[in-house]
Amino acid sequence: MDTLLEMKNIKKYFGEVKANDGIDLDIQRGEIHAILGENGAGKTTLMNILYGLYHPDQGEILIKGEEVQISNPKVALHLGIGMVHQHFMLVPPFTVAENISIGLEGQKLYKLDLVDIEDRVRELSQKYGLEVDPKAKVSQLSVGVQQRVEIIKVLYRGAEILVLDEPTAVLTPQEVKELFIVLKNFVVDGGTVIFISHKLKEIMEITDRVTVLRNGTKISTVHTKDTSEKELARMMVGKEVLLKYEKVETKKFEKVLSLKDVYCKNVKGLSAVNGVSFDVYGGEILGIAGVDGNGQKELADVISGINEIDSGEISLNGQNLNELSPYERICIGLGYVPDDRRGVGLLTPFSISMNLAIKHISQQPYKKYGLLNHAYIEQNAKEIIAEYQVKTPSGQVPVSNLSGGNQQKVLLAREISCQPQALVISQPTRGLDIGAMEFIHKTLFRKKSDGTAILLISSDLDEILEVSDRVLVIYEGTIMGEFIPGLIPIEEIGLMMAGVVKKER
Amino acid sequence: MEIPSEVRKLAIAAVPPIVAIVLAFLLGSILIFAVGVSPIVAYRSMLDGAFGNIKSFTEVLVKMYPLLLAGLGISIAFTAGAISVGAEGQILMGGLATAFVGTYLGFLPAPLLIPISIMAGFLAGAVWGIIPGYLFAKKGLSVVINTIMLNYIAHYLVNFFINGPFKEPGGYYPQSPRISENAYWPSIIPGTRLHIGIFVALVAVICVYILMKHTPLGVKISSVGVNQKASRYMGIKVEKMIIIALAFSGGLAGIAGAGEIAGIHHRVLSGFSSNYGWDAIAVALLGKLHPFGIVLSALFWAALRVGANNMQRVTQIPVSLVVTIQALTIFFVLISEMWQHKGKLASVTHTFLKRKSIS
Amino acid sequence: MMGLNVSLFSLLFLSGWIASSIRLMTILLLGSLGAVFTARSGITNIGIEGMMLMGSFVAVWGSYTFGNPWIGVLLGGMAGALVGLILGVLSISVGSNQVVSGTIINLFALGLTSFLSAVAFGTSAPSQVPSLGIVPVPLLSKIPFFGPILFQHGLLTYFAVCLVPVVWWIMYKTPTGIIIRAVGEQPEAADTLGISVPLVRYSCVLVSGFLSGIGGAFLSLGQLSVFMENMIAGKGYIALAALVLGKWSPWGVLGSSFLFGAADALQLRIQSMGLLDIPVEFLQMLPYVAAMVALAGFIGKAAPPASMGKPYIKSR
Repeated sequence: MDTLLEMKNIKKYFGEVKANDGIDLDIQRGEIHAILGENGAGKTTLMNILYGLYHPDQGEILIKGEEVQISNPKVALHLGIGMVHQHFMLVPPFTVAENISIGLEGQKLYKLDLVDIEDRVRELSQKYGLEVDPKAKVSQLSVGVQQRVEIIKVLYRGAEILVLDEPTAVLTPQEVKELFIVLKNFVVDGGTVIFISHKLKEIMEITDRVTVLRNGTKISTVHTKDTSEKELARMMVGKEVLLKYEKVETKKFEKVLSLKDVYCKNVKGLSAVNGVSFDVYGGEILGIAGVDGNGQKELADVISGINEIDSGEISLNGQNLNELSPYERICIGLGYVPDDRRGVGLLTPFSISMNLAIKHISQQPYKKYGLLNHAYIEQNAKEIIAEYQVKTPSGQVPVSNLSGGNQQKVLLAREISCQPQALVISQPTRGLDIGAMEFIHKTLFRKKSDGTAILLISSDLDEILEVSDRVLVIYEGTIMGEFIPGLIPIEEIGLMMAGVVKKER
Repeated sequence: MEIPSEVRKLAIAAVPPIVAIVLAFLLGSILIFAVGVSPIVAYRSMLDGAFGNIKSFTEVLVKMYPLLLAGLGISIAFTAGAISVGAEGQILMGGLATAFVGTYLGFLPAPLLIPISIMAGFLAGAVWGIIPGYLFAKKGLSVVINTIMLNYIAHYLVNFFINGPFKEPGGYYPQSPRISENAYWPSIIPGTRLHIGIFVALVAVICVYILMKHTPLGVKISSVGVNQKASRYMGIKVEKMIIIALAFSGGLAGIAGAGEIAGIHHRVLSGFSSNYGWDAIAVALLGKLHPFGIVLSALFWAALRVGANNMQRVTQIPVSLVVTIQALTIFFVLISEMWQHKGKLASVTHTFLKRKSIS
Repeated sequence: MMGLNVSLFSLLFLSGWIASSIRLMTILLLGSLGAVFTARSGITNIGIEGMMLMGSFVAVWGSYTFGNPWIGVLLGGMAGALVGLILGVLSISVGSNQVVSGTIINLFALGLTSFLSAVAFGTSAPSQVPSLGIVPVPLLSKIPFFGPILFQHGLLTYFAVCLVPVVWWIMYKTPTGIIIRAVGEQPEAADTLGISVPLVRYSCVLVSGFLSGIGGAFLSLGQLSVFMENMIAGKGYIALAALVLGKWSPWGVLGSSFLFGAADALQLRIQSMGLLDIPVEFLQMLPYVAAMVALAGFIGKAAPPASMGKPYIKSR
């Protein structure tokens, strides 16, 4: 085999986050090579560097043994690298052919020759089995077909290396099969494929080699035929456990939060949560494990009321929540710490005190004689800052000036200060340092012993295993199984997360 | 330890406007130099013209009055994230309403009529603010476009009245009848045009300050401007807040118009606002959307307007130089504001400036 | 209603009205056609007014200095483009709010043109500079009724009208147009194909500035042949309204510019002839009310380009 592409010691930092920390990658001509890793492992960043969308802080890229500078996607396309992004880069009001023509070189200046493009699109459709009507408007196409358009878009530009970022995440099983046929055709035809995924089954099915990334570093590159799903799962998830807690046993209280056969859609209108049922009891932490993008966000949003429920029932202490607004849910005792703390949870330009007060700003004692009761607001903030050890000179500092960990403390403190009966907390420690992580976990333990029902949604499996009393695994919007941490081997959990094994409850 | 951090905060906030003003004046001096005048002489005459004697200073305050009120109004709209450029039309509507009241309710005694005239100005301006607010809330229509349209509609509405039903009986010019003397806003210093409006404006500053910084409503309005999605989640009614903000915004501009009619012209003339509504946008930005900042920027802006006249008398440099300097000031405010906070959302002004501008 | 004079419907009135509508439409059409470029590339251009004003001044100055109105027009267009460049710096590179940037541009142009005109011409403007004349189209202008209406205008009017299909062709039938519209709809998509979003947007504000500048030149050299302070007097904002009413499309803005021009022409005629009982101001107001009503969904949902008004800033 000959080496087509090499990436050497690629480093890319975003502020303090080491997205890629010295990654090496080699791709052989004619192979299907998977990049495997959990969310945040650095897969997409690495591929965006290859495609010229990001510039690496360090490292070099060699194609056919020659060093290249990929300053923008145009250069990448010239070098025969084409990328299909996870979020499609198509212009919805344009037709397929128009989308493909954007910035295409060698076109007549004064006339857009769509007929020519359409013919060539049909040709490519035929050749690779990518069925597409070149005259159709993209906004009217299904997601699966849109993906074909994306693939044709880069094939049209002569891509020899096809990079696909989580291509199956948005596809039905049937469409996945079709995609795999396309990819195999492409390889037979002399192409090379880089396939970003976290789904083990698919990787075993289609790839020749696998490179596993974790936390911005490369763990290993292995031949698919020499490995197993179990081994890959272990490499992806990691063996070392960073956190160790003394499990606090609390007596279980009553059923607090209850979901019955809940269905809902994501922002794109695709089904995201498919018939999920579970109960969270007072005094327990129920963990939802799963790789990102399997309906966790929608699950949290549907419980908090931001997402609309399609069918099923959500109830809190027996009261049906379906028809209540997010605010009304807050009022009857639901706390929600969203994963997007800067976008939904906090008003970052506002002060800490104001962020702590804003949910109740129109109520006593935050308000006095119609005016803000600054004395109370500041006092309240001062107490919370002390209690939660928020590192700040005063409550008047804007939240944007705080570190991620301290922002999360403020958000968590606000939600807890409302004395919720049930707390939904989503990706609470993403991007936080160990100290802040530990503090947040201990806070959760404390609330648990107070009898609060806590639903912890996290794609960090270590966190789930260490913190939860009971764990459900979610995959493509359905619950794959339930287990008690420590009682089953980690490989089995990895298989459930990858959708391979379904364990009946 | 509290005070130094407060002082530091203020100092940091003041950096962009001050740098901007200095840069704009430096560029202005190049223009002055190019026409063969010493910039020092020119700027001196400007300073003399604005602050040289009591009379000129009262003129500054007279011009400061509408700028301050309309600027305050705009700051509320901008803080809520609604990009209203409708102050000009709101001033006109406020003035028109005040003239109606001053004419048709002229029999009322002054202590009653003057508050009513303020109220009339406020209400008329508020209506002109609620319309685009409602269209935004219910139909998602651009506040920018609709406020521009409403500026023109107000302009022609005023012209319609002073050419038609509200024309001075038997008069030749297109203007309304003189309002009743009971409706005149009393002058503060006899022999000058300075009227009690300046006190009205200062009261408005305090009210806006209290509203925006010390009431739940003000917090909710700014919250909507900062992040609509988060506000909605926290139970704040986003659309309602935007309508309220635009109503206050229009109302304050309406009071500006009321003062122009009841304090200065005592009748409606075509185009009596002389672009105060547009300048107020700049005043609000230069004052960093803060009521006290706007007091300073309105004073500065008005002093430039008045000082420019003296500069023209003394040095023959046209008044319009000052408009150029004003524009350059805001130009540099925008650049320094974006540069100072590059990459993070730290100030209300900055948050506003980063907004998508169609709404 | 009884005030409706029979002569209102006379052919003479009609032909005169339409002819002057077309004349008054020209500046609006140039401005809004330019703004089609900015809007389609994702920029809300409030600065048309300032671009026009700068164009109208520089055109007069150029015509005065070089003794040729066409040099004036060219310089006016370039001056407009320069204003566009400043708008680009603020709203594309600095990433500041586009409406605020445009408003400031207008203030800047107002100050600078007034200042420069006072410096260049003294406080009293030159009475006349070489101006653009009427160029009747040979033969066609002799057609009864239609000739005087359609074929007795200034060259810039023909230019503006001929530009409509050209802009339409560019926008919808060329690779360039595809790129511009892609940038306005989905800048990320263009970016991933190696297109420089800022470059496209800068080009569009330059084109918009140039056309608006020529529009301003038409007003100062074609209609009045002097420069007066703030002579655009809001026509830039009307052009923006025409853009919205015309749904951001070249043919649409031809229609809406004509509507605004016709309303203006009608009120001028009625005013000078004293023909109608309807207050003139209502006629003057009509286009603005029409635009608001149209936007409010009376004529159907007009969707602006999806990324209009959004600064495009990406991390590298």
